[in-house]
Amino acid sequence: MNKLKTFTIGGVHPHENKLTDQVAIRTLPLPKQLIIPLGQNLGVPPKPIVKKGDEVKTGQLIARGEAFISSNIHAPASGKILKIDDALDASGYRRQAIFLDVTGDEWADDIDTSGTIEREIKLSKSEIVARIKECGLVGLGGATFPTHVKMMIPDGKKAEYLIINGVECEPYLTSDHRMMLEKGDEILVGVSIMMRALDTEKAVIGIENNKPDAIAKLSQLAQSYKGIQIQPLKVKYPQGGEKQLIKACVNREVPSGKLPIEVGCVVSNVGTAFAVYEAVQKNKPLIERVVTITGKNLTHPSNFLVRVGTPISDLIAAAGGMPEDTGKLINGGPMMGKSLSTPDVPVVKGSSGILLLKNEESKRPTPKTCIRCSKCTVVCPMGLEPFLLSKLSKLGLYERAEKEQIMDCIECGSCQFTCPSGLPLLDYLRLGKQKTGQLIRNRK
Amino acid sequence: MSLFTISGSPHVHGEENVKKIMLTVVYAMVPAMLVSIYFFGLDALRVMLIAVGASIFFEYVIQKYLIKGPITITDGSAAVAGILLAFNVPANVPAWMLVAGALVTIGVAKMSFGGLGKNPFNPALVGRVFMLISFPVQMTSWPVAKPLFASHLTDAITGPTALGLLKEGVGAGKTVDQILADPQMPQYLDRLMGNMSGSLGEVSAIALIIGGIFMVIRKVIDWQVPVSIILTVFIMAEIFHLIDPQHYIEPSFHLFSGGLMLGAIFMATDMVSSPMNLSGKIVFGVGIGLITIIIRLWGAYPEGISFAILIMNAFTPLINNAFKPKRFGLVKK
Ligand code: SF4
Ligand code: SF4
Repeated sequence: MNKLKTFTIGGVHPHENKLTDQVAIRTLPLPKQLIIPLGQNLGVPPKPIVKKGDEVKTGQLIARGEAFISSNIHAPASGKILKIDDALDASGYRRQAIFLDVTGDEWADDIDTSGTIEREIKLSKSEIVARIKECGLVGLGGATFPTHVKMMIPDGKKAEYLIINGVECEPYLTSDHRMMLEKGDEILVGVSIMMRALDTEKAVIGIENNKPDAIAKLSQLAQSYKGIQIQPLKVKYPQGGEKQLIKACVNREVPSGKLPIEVGCVVSNVGTAFAVYEAVQKNKPLIERVVTITGKNLTHPSNFLVRVGTPISDLIAAAGGMPEDTGKLINGGPMMGKSLSTPDVPVVKGSSGILLLKNEESKRPTPKTCIRCSKCTVVCPMGLEPFLLSKLSKLGLYERAEKEQIMDCIECGSCQFTCPSGLPLLDYLRLGKQKTGQLIRNRK
Repeated sequence: MSLFTISGSPHVHGEENVKKIMLTVVYAMVPAMLVSIYFFGLDALRVMLIAVGASIFFEYVIQKYLIKGPITITDGSAAVAGILLAFNVPANVPAWMLVAGALVTIGVAKMSFGGLGKNPFNPALVGRVFMLISFPVQMTSWPVAKPLFASHLTDAITGPTALGLLKEGVGAGKTVDQILADPQMPQYLDRLMGNMSGSLGEVSAIALIIGGIFMVIRKVIDWQVPVSIILTVFIMAEIFHLIDPQHYIEPSFHLFSGGLMLGAIFMATDMVSSPMNLSGKIVFGVGIGLITIIIRLWGAYPEGISFAILIMNAFTPLINNAFKPKRFGLVKK
């Protein structure tokens, strides 16, 4: 048997805990009120184009992204705009949001809400990009980079490969896995659309081999699509990291500080491919997504199709209610997710999962001193020396940290996960990256 | 409403901790411990108990009364240092000397630098070299191995080590053949199994290699350090042996006598005092190998690995600066 492909430097293998990989996606009922934060994309938030009292239909544009790196937002349900005000979101800050009192689910006229699969791609390259932009697509893997910007290749560069992330290397999360099983055809059409937009002949969908059903399903479907290859990968975290995924799938290394296009690659993920399908073939804007709600103490961990703006507390209620001994609430997975102070924040385009940890799972190990075991270095997928970088950050030696390539850190947390002394390496690394970034910007 | 913990990612931690690592090292030393008890009897047990007890005791006293900080004797690092010290002394060493050695190991080489993780030199080796220099007579009077249940040797007598015989012989101008013919010289198989004079832990190459493989599998050490030391010693010894076989003994002799295996597998691999990155580990190992062979062939002491490791320990920070891990994306595709 061939050795399974994977990335070559570092990596760890946390417990997978995929509690919901066999739980089919269910649609969560609409809540009474949706709170739609404006800052849902990387870059500049869009500007609201509705005002208090306006009646909107599902899928109607309510905020327009005007800046280059920005993206539109549409009404996730029909109803009346209650107000535009600050609201707590998953970032932990109060930021501008549109409050929508839901009255029903009446869709805007030009949206195809039927379930029929449209395989034929009618739009041209530029029409595709325009539609993706119009529909407010962002990367659904969590980075929320506006998809239409990604589809525009800088002059002089060529996208040889479109790489699709189907690895879902974060423990617990299963939304992409379920999508691949249940929406395989749509995803492949979406990939084909992106290939057309990028002028690319080849697409590789990387899937870790802990999802044999998804690999089998997509491999079978892919036979009727041109140029799409399904690449099974060895299970290793953080394979979903852009650079790691490219290395694993096509064995190219993105140089330090550069973007994937430097080595002829564009990376997206299966969730985004599905959204592209819906936008281009059905004219459906990005107003809902699949969110995994999971945790060992939940009675019904699930995968829900959720409208943007639904409070996370609704998901928890639908999964059996908030368990008594919940110690931590995480937006995302256990390795890179962000802890939330309250479940009263809305689901946004970038929410892939909500994880509840029990009290005892929420504790960090007591930090001891570094025993110089070099395990952090061994597992770092970027080939950095986390023990050194965290020490330099602690001491405020940012110039030196820059030389040791602190800016290459992808904040995957593998180092801290592994450290036998339980040191909060990534806490220091994040601080160091921020300060070093300031230093670099000030120089310009 | 209950309050949730807010902290940065990652929110889960792997199963590694310091105690586990130290325990793995202790398990890896069990074969060599058993062999030492087999060949040196209860004396071996006595030495190990005293060394471990004294090491833990000093760590406790220093942390409690001098540093007045947290007590960390349960992390197992003091016990490991104690066993390693015991492995480096003859079985008949007087108890008080051993206690003095433990004091230097823990008090001077470990605690005065700030405790676990901060010591630039391998503590047990510092303790051993201190004892060797302070008590040269007792530290080089080696009991002859006396297999348990073997009755033909009744009284514990002392005899020279294989390396000692070699150095003495070469010094007296004897040829290699003459030296090997010395009745006190242990035979090949005995050298491999440990049936010869020497310090507790060094005698059985086999037991040490088993422990080493165990540690590599459990990812407590990397193979780069021991393998590069052993290969370097082998190659250097072979070169000189080829040049003048009557003056320089064959390389296998060097590998299986003296403290080479103990040093290469258990002492040089000490996490704290050895380099962090794989390329650096190889440089470190080659350096130790070279210094060891130089001392063995031309130095005043029959054995050189302890000094070699300590010298290379001093270079560890420099090696760490010069040899970085392979960065991602440094080489253009
Ligand atoms: S968080 Fe940064 S330093 Fe730590 S392992 Fe990941 S990339 Fe390396
Ligand atoms: S893993 Fe932890 S203890 Fe080991 S070298 Fe890195 S920071 Fe130090």
